[in-house]
Amino acid sequence: MNARIAHIASNTFREAVRDRVLYNLIAFAVLISAAAIFIGQISIEIERLVVINLGLTAVSLFGMVIAIFVGIGLVSKEIEKRTLYTVLSRPVRRWEFIVGKFFGLAGTLVVNTFFMALGVFGALFYVAHRFSGADSSIFIALYFIILQFLIICALALLFSSFSSPLLSAVFAFSLFIIGSFADDLRGFATLAHGLTHWVATGAAYLVPNFSALNVISAVAHQQPISWQLVLQNTLYTLFYTAMALSGAVLVFDRRDLK
Amino acid sequence: MAAIEILGLEKTYMVGFWRKRPKRALQPLHLTVEDGEIFGFLGPNGAGKTTTLKMLMGLVSPTAGTARILGKDWTDPEVKAQIGFLPEQPYFYDYLTAHELLDYYGQLSGVPAKDRKNRVEEVLQRVGLTDIKGIQLRKFSKGMLQRAGIAQAILHSPKLVFLDEPMSGLDPLGRRDVRDLILQLQQEGKTVFFSTHILSDAEALCDRVAIINKGELRGVGAVEELTKSVQGKVEVVWQGTQVPASMKALSAEFHVTGETVRTVISENQQDAAIDVLRRERLRLISIIPLRTSLESYFVEKLQHSQTTAGTSA
Repeated sequence: MNARIAHIASNTFREAVRDRVLYNLIAFAVLISAAAIFIGQISIEIERLVVINLGLTAVSLFGMVIAIFVGIGLVSKEIEKRTLYTVLSRPVRRWEFIVGKFFGLAGTLVVNTFFMALGVFGALFYVAHRFSGADSSIFIALYFIILQFLIICALALLFSSFSSPLLSAVFAFSLFIIGSFADDLRGFATLAHGLTHWVATGAAYLVPNFSALNVISAVAHQQPISWQLVLQNTLYTLFYTAMALSGAVLVFDRRDLK
Repeated sequence: MAAIEILGLEKTYMVGFWRKRPKRALQPLHLTVEDGEIFGFLGPNGAGKTTTLKMLMGLVSPTAGTARILGKDWTDPEVKAQIGFLPEQPYFYDYLTAHELLDYYGQLSGVPAKDRKNRVEEVLQRVGLTDIKGIQLRKFSKGMLQRAGIAQAILHSPKLVFLDEPMSGLDPLGRRDVRDLILQLQQEGKTVFFSTHILSDAEALCDRVAIINKGELRGVGAVEELTKSVQGKVEVVWQGTQVPASMKALSAEFHVTGETVRTVISENQQDAAIDVLRRERLRLISIIPLRTSLESYFVEKLQHSQTTAGTSA
């Protein structure tokens, strides 16, 4: 990473911390502690399954909300407040700005996920009183959640490079929801005929495939996750993120900062 | 070498929602700013000053034309390391302190880490921002923000400084400080290009000015030259109460006050006037070129552009 990208990323991280984005961890801590105590009292033999399901889903949702709401403001806020003028009038290329912003937000989400993961493991230990070998697959589920964040960050940046924050949020949320049902959309595409088939197939491959990145249920049920899936999802995320960021750069490069 | 050469930069925006129509913000602009000059870019609000500056900074792309800055193509990234820019009504990352902000900008401008701390302290002192350690910019007054803005523009010792309305938001003392700073920058060999609508600042500071209105360049030149060229008149005062007949051929209006007579004639008639007074044995008191203020020149140029627009409409 070149130095300017690193400086922009570090400043973006600092902004998130000072704007109290990480305060969501307090809400998460309250939720996971309450859930652990509650589940510990009522569940019979399924505590582990419930805590992993609930904990990882909460990690995903909390992070997704941050990724979208912070992501959509990364560029538009800088344009609106004109803070961008004194950055781009320096030897900083526009693509470096976009990539730096992306890494800054991604870094914030990784740190956020790390602390939430500690909460999930804490709750798991509280209800199960021990860790088992199968619990290590929780790391894979967390890794996939982070991959989802990377995709949604890049998409939020793409949308915020040409539309208003409100519309960007709507687009990003819609893609998150549609992407969560990407497998179903692909299934529907294979069943459809004619124009519908082509439209559905196109849409199914265009939207981010979040369903392939969601292994929470499999991990909770102690089903093995193949390394092939890990590799496939990693490459898919890299490709999708690179495409979305390239789109954001292309749009932003041509944009007049009035 | 010219510090800035603007070669036909122009900008047309597309406005409207459904039916887009072109709106020209800047007519093709040709302008040269010499190295080491303090150059004023004057015009009323909406004249095209900020659009020009934004194009030079690469924030807005021109519809046509090009520019050279410090002898290089303006899009050359190396150029940006040698220029400083203060935007109009600057707004910065308000969660940072002034020290953090300048450190960040220093990083982006490539100021070496070992020099950064000293440079930051030095420029903050220079713009009069002291005792502000630990205070976030969100708690700064408008004038303090303006000073921080000037500090970030000169932090990396640029060869060329662009200031968009640098006196805006400053109290009289602050304005004087900024004027002094601009003069110091010139003494250090830097070129300063600043836009303003405060004409007294331009008159006091600038070697040359350009006047722009409605996106069109209306005049450019040294302040003295411009103001002199308005009418080219001289005021002639002599002792006495009478106006010689041959003097009446040179001017239609005479003011007799006590024992002196005053009139205004064209500069090229002053020799004839002196001959008349000598012939009539009248004592000449003074002949002074009438120096119109930059403000009168400015107003005249704007009025002229409005008349032209009205005629052509």
